[in-house]
This record gives sequence, C-alpha cells and structure tokens, in this order.
Amino acid sequence: MYPAQFQYHRATSVQHALDLMAQHGDDAKVLAGGHSLLPVMKLRFATPAHLIDIGRVSGLSGISESGGTIVIGATTRHADVASSALIKAKAPLLAEVAGHIGDPLIRNMGTIGGSVAHADPSADLPAAMMALGATMELTGKGGSRQVSADQFFVDVFQTALGSTELLTAIRIPASSGACAYEKNPDPASGYAIVGIAVQLTTSGGKVSSARVAMTGLGPKPMRLAAVEAALAAGADAASAAAKAADGIAFIDDARGNASYKANLARVYTKRAIARAMK
Amino acid sequence: MAQVQLTVNGRAISRDVEPRTLLVHLLRDALGLTGTHVGCDTSQCGACTVHMDGRGVKSCTVLAMQADGSTVTTIEGLSTDGSHALQRAFKEEHGLQCGFCTPGMIMSAADLLARNANPTEHEIREALEGNLCRCTGYHNIVKAVQTAARTMQNA
Repeated sequence: MYPAQFQYHRATSVQHALDLMAQHGDDAKVLAGGHSLLPVMKLRFATPAHLIDIGRVSGLSGISESGGTIVIGATTRHADVASSALIKAKAPLLAEVAGHIGDPLIRNMGTIGGSVAHADPSADLPAAMMALGATMELTGKGGSRQVSADQFFVDVFQTALGSTELLTAIRIPASSGACAYEKNPDPASGYAIVGIAVQLTTSGGKVSSARVAMTGLGPKPMRLAAVEAALAAGADAASAAAKAADGIAFIDDARGNASYKANLARVYTKRAIARAMK
Repeated sequence: MAQVQLTVNGRAISRDVEPRTLLVHLLRDALGLTGTHVGCDTSQCGACTVHMDGRGVKSCTVLAMQADGSTVTTIEGLSTDGSHALQRAFKEEHGLQCGFCTPGMIMSAADLLARNANPTEHEIREALEGNLCRCTGYHNIVKAVQTAARTMQNA
C-alpha cells in the first residue's frame, strides 16, 4: 500500500527545514518518525506534494535539564523518552504516558514532537503535556516563541503551529511522582477512548494544587478545571472525580453516547487521582 | 527517483527508488528478501518487523529514504539455514502454525533479547505487544522466546 507520490526533501538543519517549508507552503508536510503521518498517507487521507524529513537534523533530538526544566528535542523517540532516567526521575508522568503509546516497535520510531504536532484527539501525549504544564518551542524564520500546552491544542488535528513554523522542543517543569495516567484503549487501535493524566503537587502530605487533563472524549485535550479546584480544596478522589464531566458538552457518536462518555470521564478520573495519591 | 544507500544483512546496497517506496517493499521487491512479510499494512500486526540501526521497527511504516545510511537486519540476516537459537526454539516449542507472523515475532524477540537477555514472561508479552498471531494463542511463542533466552545465555 503505497502513499501517493511526493517529492522527498531531507532537511539538514532547522534553518533548511524552515526554508523548505517557506518554499512549499501548504503543499508540504513535515516528516519526523512518520508513525502518525505515513499511515494517513498510505490511506490517502493526506496527499502532500512534498515531504520535509527532519529525522536527521542534528540537535533536534535528545533530553536535557536546565534549571529545573526538562528540555526534550522534538524528534526524540517515544522509547527514549519512556526509558530516560532523567524523565523517570523528574517527569515520571511523561515516562508513564510515553510507555503507553502504540507498541514497542512504534515507540522505536515515533517521536514526541511528531505526536504532539499531529494533535490526534485520541493521542496520549496531549493530555500529559497539559497535565505537566509543558511549553512548546515553535521556531520560525524570525526566531522561536513559547506556547503553553493549554494554548497549543486548538481543535481536531489543529494546533497553534503556523504553516511555516516547526515544533523544535518541549519544555517541562520538573515534577513529582504524585501522578498517574489511566487510559481506556480502543481494543483495535490502542488509541485512547479516554485517557486521564493527573499531576499533583503536594506539601506536607496534602494536595496543594493539581493539573488534570483528559484526552479522547472531545475534539482536543482539555483541562478538567472543576476537578483541579476540588483537589486543591482538599477533596478526595471520589468527590473530585464526580466533577469530571461538569461543564463539558459531550456528543453522541460511534464511540458512545454523551452520558456514557461523561461516565467514562468520571470513572477514569477517579482511578487516575486515586493512583496519583498513593 | 531518489538514491538510497544502506547496509542490509551486512551487504552494502544502493538502489534508485521512488521516494514513496516503503522499506518493506525495498526489502521484498528490490532485494528479494521475502522473509519480511506484509500483513495488515497499517502498523498493527508486526509481520514486517526488521531491525533498523539495532531497533525493531515496522518496515511497512518506514520510508526507504528514512533508512538511508542505516543498517538493516531482516530475518534472513539472523541465519540463512534457520539455525539461530530463536528460529530453532520456535520450531521446538511449536511457536508457529501458519508461520506468517513468525519472522516478525522472531525479529521483535531478538530485539528484546539483545537488550534483556533474561526477560520475564511479562516482559516477553509486553515486548511482543506489536506483533499479532492468529494461530497460536501466543503461549508457545512466549515459551519459544524463553527457551531461546536460556540457549543464548548458555552459549
């Protein structure tokens, strides 16, 4: 099953990639690991005339720490994120979520930046990005800008990335082990029907603040503000999770009706909070 | 057309390919290495698993151009006569029936054993999560990997 024909360009630097993107505009797609893009190209859901391969651009891959912030290059592979000692120690929620993506073979090729920029509404990483308070580094001709995960995800497969901008790195503030990701995977695809990412901040054994984000049940990942507020006010897992569907307009579709989805949100939120509190 | 150069099973290869050529088609159609199978063609079943620069990948979801400059090992690269410990163990433990998934299973298992010489049953099942078998129920596949791990450790 071949994709439609395209011209292949191997970028040798971020600048080269940006030049190619400027030259080919909306006719081009950026290729990293290819594990989101190539499947949709094979199904002819995407037929870009140009592919700009950033997989060999040096400096775009790797994990480092700088002043309490974890910096992850956009083309860092899921397997390397999941197994990184630094990520396990300083952003354990991300290590857990990255280890849930697809299967081991997919994690060997798929990249964190590719998955985040693809913004599949059922992907695991977007919820983690929001729960961790991640910041996306978007690089264009005029330099880089930082966009919070809350602002980055705009709609189904749509992000704040401009058509001539490249996601170059992801920054995550160091966080504790009071976290969990609970997911109900679609049995065929493995994508999340619902996924709830919870990151708690604790002091003196009590929750002082919480970030709770949901993927799968809407057009984009979303923070569960009512749940976060309840946790910050000292609620237990059950009473905080009871608010997981508050103010969200779920829709009926092939995956279930709105009341089923609201129930899924509450059940998986409760499980994630309970485990994060352990 | 674009030129791709890579090392496959220890042999330096250079071919002109259409950019849309998938690694699995380069291996099967251009190089005649038909031990790597195309199953689902949608990144699910793992029948197309090969090693690229020492890691298991689904070659139906990798462009040949992405493998440019890489070292690729296929099932034919493990042994030409079926004598690799994993190949013998799959035979001895009855880890296959139709055999379609077997090259991918063995390449994934080889990737696991290269990183973890003595995996638990749970680790084996997790490592093979991306490989589907519709015949065996997996039980004997797991036994085969355990047997191969013992053989390779004692070698």
